[in-house]
Amino acid sequence: MKIAVCVKAVPDTETKIALAADKKNIDFAGVRFIASPYDEFAIEEALKTKEKLGGDTTVFSLGGPECTDVLRDALARGIDNAVHLTDADFAGLDTLSSAKVLAAAIKDGGYDLVFLGHTGSGGDNSQVPSMLAELLGWAQTTMVVKFETDGTTFKAEREIEGAHEIVQGSLPALISAQKGLNEPRYPGIKGVMAARRKEIAVKDAAALGLKGTVGGANVKVKIKEMLMPPERPQGMKIEGDADAQVKELVRLLRSEAHVL
Amino acid sequence: MSTGYLVFVESRNGQLRKASLEALCEAKRKCNGQPVSALLIGSGVKGLAADAAKYGPDKVLVADSDAFATYSTEAFADALVAAVKACSPRFVFAAHSAMARDFVPRVAARMDAPCVADVMEIRSEGDNLLPVRPMYSGKCFGVYEINADLAFITLRPNVFALAEAGAASAATEDLAVSPADVKAKVADVQASQGNKVELTEASIIVSGGRGIKGPENWPVLQSLCDALGAALGASRAVVDAGWIDHQHQVGQTGKTVSAQLYIACGISGAIQHLAGMSSSKVIVAINKDPDAPIFKHATYGIVGDVLEIVPKLTEEVRKLHEHN
Repeated sequence: MKIAVCVKAVPDTETKIALAADKKNIDFAGVRFIASPYDEFAIEEALKTKEKLGGDTTVFSLGGPECTDVLRDALARGIDNAVHLTDADFAGLDTLSSAKVLAAAIKDGGYDLVFLGHTGSGGDNSQVPSMLAELLGWAQTTMVVKFETDGTTFKAEREIEGAHEIVQGSLPALISAQKGLNEPRYPGIKGVMAARRKEIAVKDAAALGLKGTVGGANVKVKIKEMLMPPERPQGMKIEGDADAQVKELVRLLRSEAHVL
Repeated sequence: MSTGYLVFVESRNGQLRKASLEALCEAKRKCNGQPVSALLIGSGVKGLAADAAKYGPDKVLVADSDAFATYSTEAFADALVAAVKACSPRFVFAAHSAMARDFVPRVAARMDAPCVADVMEIRSEGDNLLPVRPMYSGKCFGVYEINADLAFITLRPNVFALAEAGAASAATEDLAVSPADVKAKVADVQASQGNKVELTEASIIVSGGRGIKGPENWPVLQSLCDALGAALGASRAVVDAGWIDHQHQVGQTGKTVSAQLYIACGISGAIQHLAGMSSSKVIVAINKDPDAPIFKHATYGIVGDVLEIVPKLTEEVRKLHEHN
């Protein structure tokens, strides 16, 4: 089995968001980057699949220097190889361009499976998995909470509104991970030490055969302006004993807020 | 030159999804006289065309075939591609549902077109649309600029107004699609234990956190849900503690919701939770700790014990419904 994992470096989910001066991005000053939380489930599923069927695992991350720690963390957990996809052309990519870069890196590698988080925390687009599967011409199942494969076929359970769908398909396949898929392991000291010595391969637009085809004028959708959410009006605390509080709450919800 | 709108209208168990009809209504509001087509995909869905027609499309395309009896990303993608080719729209709308977020980006990639997901507002600029969508789980918003002749946009449920159904006058047109290369397909659908109303589509949500003291107290919140017709949500803390399944989690690593009424019970208001629910219209916080951050975001706050307040609230709501 050859297994690829895509990991995105994103601002820590605890980050308090402020906008940059040009209002086209967030202010990255002092922001700590982590692997997007759903990508941890993807890494774990890749490791579990390798443990079961044998093979080789490679982690890919697209972006700037913030990707290095995230790639090392994946190596420390037991992923075999790491590839950093980075180029000045890759700044400000839309989802389709990001999928094109990942597809270029993965398509001729002889992979059987790609795991990645179902959405990248921050951008919250949840599009790259399906776009990547299309560009590879592979089967896909997104938002997966249960996965098994025998190396030829797979069975995946995905969360939909009020139900789970059981999907059956053939490899090669792309699987996007939802929380609940597994319990990610933490890297041990030995893994961390070994990961420090491992080499991270670097591929740029030219190496991927993408020079001039992604980024810049090829970006089809971009942020014109970012906004902070509207301030909520000052709320009120309802005083009195429990009975009085509840009666007043119901009155307000009905007569003032009109939601009951 | 492409013009007009195509709206994918999702159906499940013989019913059109309300969020899809909201998307159809938004296309009608934005169309400025350009044609709006609706698309149904499924097996035995032709009878639903008249229901979709009541929301004002000029045409309803129906891809009705056994091939769509159960969901398959690739088969549904083939149908949407065929519909786009048949009516050359400038914009394709769909509800931001589990189904659309699975296959719509796949179609966008096939047609080399951009996709903007989970949109909460759509502004117009001349002929172009500027979709506005939450980022960082709603901690901020992006206004997007589209530079393409064809773009896919998925709309958040519960946010765009549903117009009154009118008389159905649209023509129905069959769309012949025979999916060729299906490599994965739904073999079975199992209903989840839990919410009858999906969290992201519920107009009222009652959510519980550590303040409910233990999983044995969910029935207290469930009774309030039943009285209100609400869906049950939960904070990350109690999901991680194993008190309830992840499908109930609201917040940054769970679901982002925009309810009419959100009742936070014993939830302190960690930033990840606030990110997932603060676009709700009315927020009620019930918490023992008067300094809990949730109170800064609440429309109405009650400082008190959830297990004392909630049963009384359930009782009052029941009385209210009996009177009406």
